[in-house]
Amino acid sequence: MTWTINWTSAAPAITAAFLAALVEAVEALTIVLAVATVRGWRPALSGAGVGIMLLAVIVLAFGPLLDRVPLHLLQLAIGILLLLFGMRWLRKAILRTAGIIPLHDESKAFASETGELRAQALRHAARLDWLAAIASFKAVVLEGLEVVFIVIAVGAGNGMLVPAGLGALAAWLLIAAIGVAIHRPLTRVPENALKFAVGVMLSAFGVFWLGEGLGVPWPGDDVAIIGLAALVLLVALAGVALTHRHTVEVT
Amino acid sequence: MTALAMILRELAGLFVDDGALALAILAIVAVAAVISLALPDAPLLAGAVLTVGCPGVLLLNVMRAARR
Repeated sequence: MTWTINWTSAAPAITAAFLAALVEAVEALTIVLAVATVRGWRPALSGAGVGIMLLAVIVLAFGPLLDRVPLHLLQLAIGILLLLFGMRWLRKAILRTAGIIPLHDESKAFASETGELRAQALRHAARLDWLAAIASFKAVVLEGLEVVFIVIAVGAGNGMLVPAGLGALAAWLLIAAIGVAIHRPLTRVPENALKFAVGVMLSAFGVFWLGEGLGVPWPGDDVAIIGLAALVLLVALAGVALTHRHTVEVT
Repeated sequence: MTALAMILRELAGLFVDDGALALAILAIVAVAAVISLALPDAPLLAGAVLTVGCPGVLLLNVMRAARR
């Protein structure tokens, strides 16, 4: 049996899943490292490990159900959720790029999490390992759920679940390897630029899947996603320019 | 606050940050759906509404956020 990939469909799905997973993995790593710094690697890794197992169970439980949903309904549902999710990311990324809301800062997140864990150490010394493991578990599950959603959303409508999943897995393994090697939060990853790019791609996928679900015959079929992404990117850049100009005029 | 309520709030937070943007997107989707049902001979019209409407409401939303 041979398995061929249509790269025109696969490349945007794999890229979106990889970049989104990269952003989420960086955020999860910050919390896991904070737990490891305060309480050691045992609660940090056990919490993260249980979180990864729960995510795997969710994927294995819900993944096969997707095949039973009629395709156009799946495309409509995924399209709406992708638009809401992608535009939420893109809105935040535009406002951060324009300087209207502050950039996400991994060193601040790390300091806040270690501070919180140290405060808990004073209050609940006996249960601290348990609380630390829960913090690590929660970070992996919450960030991982977003990745699971993105993989399903960009992959389920066109049979690209496996390539998109592999893209996301590659990103998590890459960030885990870097985290193990340097033992510090990844503050130099251009998180907002990545979120900007992923927001553009997810919004384009959302418009495309919604259209497919409504029976829109997109010119160029799957290639239309690239055109839609270019249009969303132009509008997002215009948004940055216009909001930035407004901020400068006000100050 | 029950754990279930917290999980549901976290899940909702994945999709809705600014309520006005979420409502505007859903309104565009509803218009596109109505057009596709009412005008089945012009399916590209619903696509055009989505293509122009969704980025359009995003642009208006960020400009309004900048003015606040």
